[in-house]
Amino acid sequence: MIPRTFEALFANSIPDAIDFLQQHKGEAKILAGGHSLIPLMKLRLVSPAYVVDINNIPDLSYIKEENGHVLIGGLTRHVEVETSELLKMKLPILPETAFVIGDPQVRNLGTMAGVLAHADPSGDYGAVMLALEAEFTIVGPGGKRSIKATEFFVDLFTTKLEDDELLTEIRLPLQPPRSGGTYLKLERRVGDFAIVGVAAQLTLDDNNICKSVGIGLTAVGSTPLKAAMAEKALIGQELDDEHIKIAADKASTEASPTSDLRGSQEYKREMVRVFVKRALTKAKSNALGKGNE
Amino acid sequence: MALKKRIKVRVNGKEQEEEVVSRLLLVHFIREVLGLTGTHIGCDTSNCGACTIIYNGKNIKSCTMFAVQADGADILTIEGLAKDGQLHPIQQAFWDNHGLQCGFCTPGVILSSLALLQRNPHPTEGEIRYGISGNLCRCTGYQNIVKAIADAAEKMQG
Repeated sequence: MIPRTFEALFANSIPDAIDFLQQHKGEAKILAGGHSLIPLMKLRLVSPAYVVDINNIPDLSYIKEENGHVLIGGLTRHVEVETSELLKMKLPILPETAFVIGDPQVRNLGTMAGVLAHADPSGDYGAVMLALEAEFTIVGPGGKRSIKATEFFVDLFTTKLEDDELLTEIRLPLQPPRSGGTYLKLERRVGDFAIVGVAAQLTLDDNNICKSVGIGLTAVGSTPLKAAMAEKALIGQELDDEHIKIAADKASTEASPTSDLRGSQEYKREMVRVFVKRALTKAKSNALGKGNE
Repeated sequence: MALKKRIKVRVNGKEQEEEVVSRLLLVHFIREVLGLTGTHIGCDTSNCGACTIIYNGKNIKSCTMFAVQADGADILTIEGLAKDGQLHPIQQAFWDNHGLQCGFCTPGVILSSLALLQRNPHPTEGEIRYGISGNLCRCTGYQNIVKAIADAAEKMQG
């Protein structure tokens, strides 16, 4: 399969990329890892006149800690997230998520910011960003702006990014002590898109009462979904079987899956219930330092 | 519109310089421009891994990259593995363990195995299976492929 003709533009800096995007507004697409864009171009579902390759921009691939946050650069690839010692220590939910994306070859090229900007509701990072309350740094002709993950996703393949903007950094708050998280993905086979995915990240106080919790859902709506009612049901509660069950029931009503070749609406809704329960139980166990029980 | 670009690529240790159109996929460049047809096209949808090559030290699917992106890259294809008529230990292990049937997926599987053993010289069976999870084989059921990779890992140590 051969894409339609296009002109390749090579950006050597962020301002370069923005210039190209501005010059060809609406006609240009950003090429990073290419694992969302190139398949769409080969199918001719997308045929941009210009492709702006950002792979040569220096210093855009990093994972670092700064002022109570972990910062992840716009060109950081899944393999780097998967193997980052900093993330394994501070936000293990992220390497856990990266590991279930695609396969080794896909993870060697695909980028985290690319997945988020592409905004396929089946992409695994979106739910995790919602659970972690991430913020995204976006650069455009007017300069830099910041947007919360909870406000970023608009609809299927649609975000608040303008045609001439670039997602340059993902900012994730460091978690206090007694925190734990997990991302669980139900898939037909290794590396497939999720049937259902659930991200849970929570913090307990000294009496094991839930101080804060974030729950994100993959592939059960037109965007990644935040299970806000389920979260609310857990705050200030002990995370016993009863409260976990209440939260799981609520999350399954918050999901709005559609029937497709990966399963019926009813099945997916039921799987949200099952996986929210499992994810909360595992996140709690991680918060208590019990590891993967 | 500049639809073409001159690229320099090092393939199997040899410098190559060619003018290519933007939309030429790297796998087509390797097969049709350079004539290295050991890199196969299976699904052409970033799924099957038959087009796997080693790109700057990492295994990638060459059907999901444009040739113009590879300017300056160091590429290894299956043709670059054997040295002086001697099979690479992974190739030999696939031979010894009958790690293939039709052979269509084999170049890709071998290159993913190489990438796996370079980052993890002592993989468990599970790690081997995950390491080649981006390469589909429709003949073998993977049993002898996994055996071959374990055998290669052992031989490459010794």
